[in-house]
Amino acid sequence: MVEYVIIGNSAAAVGAVEGIRQRDNTGNITVISEEPYYAYSRPLISYLLAGTADDRKMAYRDAGFYKDNGVLLLLGVRAVSIDTVGKQVILSNGKMVAYDKLLIATGGKPFVLPMKGGDKKGIYTFIKRDDAEQLKSVAKCGTKAVVIGGGLIGLKAAEGLVKCGVDVTVVELADRILSTILDEQAAVMVQEVLEEHGINVILNDTVTEVIGDDGVSGVILKSGQSIECDMVITAIGVRPNTDVVANTDISINRGIKTDDHMCTNIEDVYAAGDVAEAYDIVYEDQRVTPIWPNAYMQGEIAGRNMAGDDAVFDSGFARNSIAFFGLPMITAGIIKPVGDDYEAVSTVQPEKMIYKKAVFKGNRLVGFIRLTDIDRAGILTGLIKDKVDISPFKDKLLDKDFGFVYMPKSYRKERLLGVKRK
Amino acid sequence: MISYVLPEFLVMRDENRCIQCQVCVRQCANDVHYLDEKDGKVKADDAKCVNCQRCVTFCPTHALTIIPNPQEFKANANWTKKAITEVQKQAESGAVILTSMGNPQEYPIYWDKIVLNASQVTNPSIDPLREPMELKTYLGRKPDKLEFDEKGRLITKLTPQLVLNVPIMFSAMSFGSISLNACESLARAATELGIYYNTGEGGLHSSLYRYGKNTIAQVASGRFGVHANYLNAGAALEIKIGQGAKPGIGGHLPGEKVGAEVSATRMIPEGSDAISPAPHHDIYSIEDLRQLIYALKEATNYTKPVSVKIAAVHNVAAIASGIARAGADIIAIDGFRGGTGAAPLRIRDNVGIPIEMAIAAVDTRLKEEGIRHQVSVVAAGSIRNSADIIKAIALGADAVYIATSALIAIGCHMCQKCNTGKCNWGIATQDPQLVKRLNPNIGARRLVNLVTAWEHEIKEMLGGMGINSIESLRGNREMLRGVGLTQKELDILGIKAAGE
Amino acid sequence: MKRVYALEEYCVGCRLCEINCIVAHSQSKDIIWAFKVEEPRPLPGILVEEARPISFGLQCRHCDDAVCIKSCITGAMHRDERDTVVCDTDKCVGCWTCIMACPYGAIKANENDGKVVSKCDLCPDLSQPACVSHCPNEALIYVDRG
Ligand SMILES: Cc1cc2nc3c(=O)[nH]c(=O)nc-3n(C[C@H](O)[C@H](O)[C@H](O)COP(=O)(O)OP(=O)(O)OC[C@H]3O[C@@H](n4cnc5c(N)ncnc54)[C@H](O)[C@@H]3O)c2cc1C
Ligand code: SF4
Ligand code: SF4
Ligand code: SF4
Ligand code: SF4
Repeated sequence: MVEYVIIGNSAAAVGAVEGIRQRDNTGNITVISEEPYYAYSRPLISYLLAGTADDRKMAYRDAGFYKDNGVLLLLGVRAVSIDTVGKQVILSNGKMVAYDKLLIATGGKPFVLPMKGGDKKGIYTFIKRDDAEQLKSVAKCGTKAVVIGGGLIGLKAAEGLVKCGVDVTVVELADRILSTILDEQAAVMVQEVLEEHGINVILNDTVTEVIGDDGVSGVILKSGQSIECDMVITAIGVRPNTDVVANTDISINRGIKTDDHMCTNIEDVYAAGDVAEAYDIVYEDQRVTPIWPNAYMQGEIAGRNMAGDDAVFDSGFARNSIAFFGLPMITAGIIKPVGDDYEAVSTVQPEKMIYKKAVFKGNRLVGFIRLTDIDRAGILTGLIKDKVDISPFKDKLLDKDFGFVYMPKSYRKERLLGVKRK
Repeated sequence: MISYVLPEFLVMRDENRCIQCQVCVRQCANDVHYLDEKDGKVKADDAKCVNCQRCVTFCPTHALTIIPNPQEFKANANWTKKAITEVQKQAESGAVILTSMGNPQEYPIYWDKIVLNASQVTNPSIDPLREPMELKTYLGRKPDKLEFDEKGRLITKLTPQLVLNVPIMFSAMSFGSISLNACESLARAATELGIYYNTGEGGLHSSLYRYGKNTIAQVASGRFGVHANYLNAGAALEIKIGQGAKPGIGGHLPGEKVGAEVSATRMIPEGSDAISPAPHHDIYSIEDLRQLIYALKEATNYTKPVSVKIAAVHNVAAIASGIARAGADIIAIDGFRGGTGAAPLRIRDNVGIPIEMAIAAVDTRLKEEGIRHQVSVVAAGSIRNSADIIKAIALGADAVYIATSALIAIGCHMCQKCNTGKCNWGIATQDPQLVKRLNPNIGARRLVNLVTAWEHEIKEMLGGMGINSIESLRGNREMLRGVGLTQKELDILGIKAAGE
Repeated sequence: MKRVYALEEYCVGCRLCEINCIVAHSQSKDIIWAFKVEEPRPLPGILVEEARPISFGLQCRHCDDAVCIKSCITGAMHRDERDTVVCDTDKCVGCWTCIMACPYGAIKANENDGKVVSKCDLCPDLSQPACVSHCPNEALIYVDRG
């Protein structure tokens, strides 16, 4: 019987459990989780903060998941190191767990900004359930917060705080918010909405110093400006949490390097999710793509392969669906291309807050932005993923009623009448 | 110039039922219904409505009724609303009024003045559910006599015959006047039923060649789509001389209906009008007709019966006799209520004679001349039900052609607007958006149902008369009696009055 | 499993499929109540795509390899006992990640109903999905093609 061991207990881990069980119903699965919770939806921590998610919503799988899948769950235990020769994982409680097949799904951890006063009380990160609970206990109406970083996590934290009645300032180093998923046009539109809801946004600047005695009382920006506040949330990004592979022969670049089967350079050791670096089909190189769907899918592929399958991960590329104060946006792939290889088209209807953009490379769609009008955006995601030749209907891609009706009949029939979707 | 012509119909929408779903808006090709963006309500422009009832049928809440415009002129038995409206229309258009389907005027319908016999006591009736009942019908020339050799083997050479499981065929309707899906419905139903459908004068679409065994290929004055393969594609050929809805008139398929498929099938340029001349320019006598009949027989190596179709006109009996002598195997006679895809209103409503009279006259004449067996007679022109069929056969027909009832089966609502090309039921149209409304799977199924139902009824009526084979009914006018007919009419029909 | 397939050559673009999907998912199952009285009105699971003369109804394919399920950040989207891909609307938070993922555009954002997604559930209470049984031209078929 195969001993499967998974380090981490989030999207990638659950994907792996389900992937393993597609093929192997008997092998033992051990999941090692530093966080003392059943798998929960990490993206929902901002909903938790805002008070719009309860335990039921937070739970990623129902309570019977581990039992039903025959998983031995070790909660609140950290994997300290891996012995790839002896094939065992060393735990923080001193115990060892032997494996035949190992998955590293340790996710990401926050970048820490080197700044003066960075050790004061009242500085938070926003990655874990506990972070949200902690923040919620201090985010009282009328308090003031500075969020460092105007990316997805920073702005989600900001939104949650505003909903608690906190006065929030976001400080972003780049020239626009959400710079990884939006171009200037879209960023300006979204920023407007944030500001309408009371978030104060400062661009092209960062925090150099946190001031206060014991606890935080304010920050000083690079520009010299100082802002009073009761708390600071650092959200300048996450990086792969590769701690557990330090001092092993598992190769790391930015994240743990994997092949198209999600296997690391060491046999029987796999990596998936935010900790892993895998092939990105639009950038056509190895990348860390820290998004939930990617984590699950990589985990599932890894799980299937751990159980003896020959599954290839071929859907790696960035894509995000997110909303701020009811303004939805879906973006994918390359949204702000550099270079002559790319071509971009866009339409904007400012009064309706609609913005749409498509980015092409040759006859392929490689990225898009959809603001407000997100209907059926997945069709575009599908075109990116399947590398479809979009030339016959390129001019229709941004239309309100774009759909299969505009695609060549043969392709449409194959997709709509086909037996299975691969 | 303001139009004096008032809307013919009014669209009544029950606001308590209408859910503003706009199904009617999407279904009416005449753009009657529309959504008024201002108040979000669906409304109608009555003047465009032709009462095809597509919207009525599709409205999911049954919110719609189309009613005749109740607006009347001052009562006048002579200057009826119809008469006045027609004058108004022509005063505005300066043109011939075009219409379609069959003559709707109030001429006597003799079918409805003829009643059937049934057995009582002396010769018992037959229960078709328990006893065999033969409806199989052979169309084609029958030999004068049969000769056998000493071993009892038949030595008479038999001429080719069409074999019908039921004495019903689908009459000529060309691809062009009707849609390909309508043609396919007919072809598939004919195949399933073991009967025949007729291509009409528009040639045969390449996708329909596979139904050849159940196809009668027509050759008309325009010769559209006629070539060697076409002639050999079907089971029989038919020379169209005339048509009941418009005797003496040619055909005109407007260029708008000549799309790529029709163009390829008819072998004429896309978008060009397809004009069938009134006469065949090579037929000016019975001898000329004979030449064409034999030319077709030669072309098909004497393997297929040749039919000649004529409109029922005054001297139909003499004409039929000539046609039989010219070598036709089948004569199809189309009465004045026969349908059409387009005809001038005055012609449709005033020319030709009732099919009942024509069949009786032809059967009588051919019998008198001793040539009835040389040719089969097919009655066409408004056969509405199985009783009409029984009566037609008892009057002397071998089988009937149905067209209008076949179209009604597949959705036609008799709005008589075939000529506009905007048939909302996907039948008399070439607009791809409308053509797809007729799903041939459904069309064929409905046609098979109709003919099957009629088959049951025919058997029941035959059984009631104590007859177990359709053969024995043919020309058996003893089975018929007239009700409310003059002696002259009875004489022509060759039947007695009820009670005699 | 049995799925609904569209025969575009026969779709007449009437959208009776959409209308009857709404009725089938209404409280009263009565068309007039569903449209005139009940609030909020369900969204149709099927969508008719149209560029005349082409049109066809399209709803969730209930993919074997459903990317909506894999992408869903809350675990709301799942496969039920009938193998149908359905959304647990109590868990759904309306993040629209599945809309981003579904390559068929088969999921709709339902802003009327507390910001959750709405999609085809193959009418679990009916012997045949409502869209199929109400399509007047048999342009939708419910068959098992694997
Ligand atoms: C606030 C927030 C909002 C987000 N919103 C979205 C969103 O809307 N859409 C989206 O697609 N993505 C979103 N993401 C990203 C998404 O959450 C991640 O991509 C996803 O969680 C990655 O899953 P994972 O399984 O790779 O790792 P993680 O979810 O990071 O989980 C890793 C787990 O492993 C545990 N672990 C780490 N090291 C060890 C060890 N040595 N031993 C034992 N356990 C260990 C960690 O404690 C953690 O529980 C968001 C992230 C955050 C923080
Ligand atoms: S189809 Fe019927 S219910 Fe729908 S808008 Fe038309 S009249 Fe109203
Ligand atoms: S023309 Fe036909 S579909 Fe149009 S409104 Fe009149 S009856 Fe309805
Ligand atoms: S009900 Fe049928 S014909 Fe009408 S739009 Fe839907 S799929 Fe098309
Ligand atoms: S919603 Fe989309 S991705 Fe999900 S099962 Fe249906 S078609 Fe597939």
